Amino acid sequence: MISNASQCSGLLSRRQALGYLAGCAVAAISACPSIVRASPRKRVVSIGGALTEILFTLEADNDLVGVDSTSIYPPRALGYPNVGYARQLSAEGVLSLRPSHILATEEAGPPAVLRQIAAAGLRITTLPAKHRYVGLRQRVLGVARVVERNETAQLVLEQLDTTWQIVRRQVNAQTAHSLARPVRVMFVLAHSPAQMLVAGAMTAAQAMLSYAGATNAVQGFKGYKPLTPEGLIAAQPDCLLVTEQGLQAAGGLEALFKLPGLEHTPAGRSRAVIAMDALRLLGFGPRMPEAVLALHQALYAV
Amino acid sequence: MSIVRAVLRAQPSWWLGVSLLMMLALAVQVGAVPVHTSDWLAMPKLFEWSAVGDSIQTLSAGSHVLFNLRLPRLLLSVLVGASLGLSGALTQSLFRNPLAEPGLLGVSAGAACAAALTIVMLGDLAAAIHPQARAWLLPLAAFIGALVVCFSLENMARRIAPGSIAALLLTGIAMNALAGAVIGLCTYLADDDQLRSLSFWTLGSLAGARWLWVGLFAGVLATGYCRLTRSMQTLNALALGEAAARHIGVDVHGLRKQIIVWVALLAGLAVAFCGMISFVGLIAPHLVRLWVGPDQRQVLPLATLLGGLLLLVADTLARTVAVPAEIPVGIFTALVGGPFFFLLVRQARGQTA
Repeated sequence: MISNASQCSGLLSRRQALGYLAGCAVAAISACPSIVRASPRKRVVSIGGALTEILFTLEADNDLVGVDSTSIYPPRALGYPNVGYARQLSAEGVLSLRPSHILATEEAGPPAVLRQIAAAGLRITTLPAKHRYVGLRQRVLGVARVVERNETAQLVLEQLDTTWQIVRRQVNAQTAHSLARPVRVMFVLAHSPAQMLVAGAMTAAQAMLSYAGATNAVQGFKGYKPLTPEGLIAAQPDCLLVTEQGLQAAGGLEALFKLPGLEHTPAGRSRAVIAMDALRLLGFGPRMPEAVLALHQALYAV
Repeated sequence: MSIVRAVLRAQPSWWLGVSLLMMLALAVQVGAVPVHTSDWLAMPKLFEWSAVGDSIQTLSAGSHVLFNLRLPRLLLSVLVGASLGLSGALTQSLFRNPLAEPGLLGVSAGAACAAALTIVMLGDLAAAIHPQARAWLLPLAAFIGALVVCFSLENMARRIAPGSIAALLLTGIAMNALAGAVIGLCTYLADDDQLRSLSFWTLGSLAGARWLWVGLFAGVLATGYCRLTRSMQTLNALALGEAAARHIGVDVHGLRKQIIVWVALLAGLAVAFCGMISFVGLIAPHLVRLWVGPDQRQVLPLATLLGGLLLLVADTLARTVAVPAEIPVGIFTALVGGPFFFLLVRQARGQTA
């Protein structure tokens, strides 16, 4: 810890202050034997919004030295050096943070840059980007292994499992009791008022919808495809699901309701739109069970 | 001002060479990871390795960045820029049109088209082959795409209207449209992951630079350059017009074929390894012509040098502006070249008026 502080380039006074702080921390930790750490502080670069969120949940933010541009939650994550978009990393940029570990999802890239980083002798831990609850558990365990927070991880997982069971029970109860068919939802990903995509199969949005007891109103293709007025009318969604960021990009609720064709669907007639934060809804991070519950409640309150 | 211009006119190649070296010296110093003098001392160790890249752990972090990431990248940016500049100058002299560029022949589009097809259609094949070979699959496909476009271009143009450069240009435009359609189709069919790999080809990046690529590029560029210096006089004759050139004994057909092959090789290789880096091929020869006039004996070497310098500056900015992240290099090629261009056009107009 001390050696780490001395590596920091900066004013002497800052160095001394860091040393003092480090000393305090060491004193505090040694005063509390149950959380004695065996290894020195790690330097982790986290590439993926969900992974950063998990790091913060595991209270391992001390080990964090850099994040990618998708790491927008918790807000404190925005204060870390940003290595850019997860798929357009720069080897030198990542190495300049002097990391000891790289945490990444399968989505990180480009492959050539990952090879360069690995060639520098760094361990890159790649975690599955699976859009399932099991995937979330795997990510929590994987992150915990890297930052050596296995006990905290067990606690976090217990909590997640409990919440998840409650969520599952509530969703199952609702879908079993409701006499009507499940709500048909269309997830719209908007980058601008002119450019909107809808989510088909094999997407995070579809996974969240089925967990929340709804069906995807759009069938027949994988991934995201451009939204067309005819496709919208053919899908007949009961409700639109958007991200808050997307809603903003689309120009707000009013602009969304002006979508051609929407007035001929149940969603347009009842003006049913649900907006959720993008990372909370699609990130499959620690907030995922709670997000499923929120989505479910919003859907069945409609 | 006139003194400055006189000095500039005296030895443009000298000026460009010196600024290129100075820029290299500067660029090697800047970057996300600070490089110290001691990191240079690891140089002798490099030659002890049996296989480069295997035993990097023996190097300090700074030396690793310097020798395995930054130096190959700097040299590659110079070589790619030079290739683009040279192929741009060749295309412009072939079409006798200052707005021509390798992209016009469909070379870049052909390469990107083959890359898109490989990403989207051959995804399963790519997963099956060895990871080491996988890294070469895309550049190889892109390069083959560039070559195929060039040769079918030459054949088709000859069938439509033998010997006409206008026919070649029109065929190139048709090729571009065709390749664009295939890329569009691939984009539509692609899933999320493939879409993101595809976007790499349209943005362009030098991030994957390796010594092997540097060697390959240096070899091709040197060979091409030596071959072409012999044709520089005939290129000047071509500027008079095809008919006039033929009358004074230039083998227009052979010359055309030679130029097309080298443009395909140089620009195709650049696209294959670094994606589509726009603007360098268009602006480098243009700037040079505004500077020294239309003599091909000057334009070809200077466009090569200037292309290298331009891309080196652009890539250095791309690497350093948003540290520790990186900005697509294509943004900076236009950002660096654009204002330069304005300035020279204004000066050139001032001279004629």
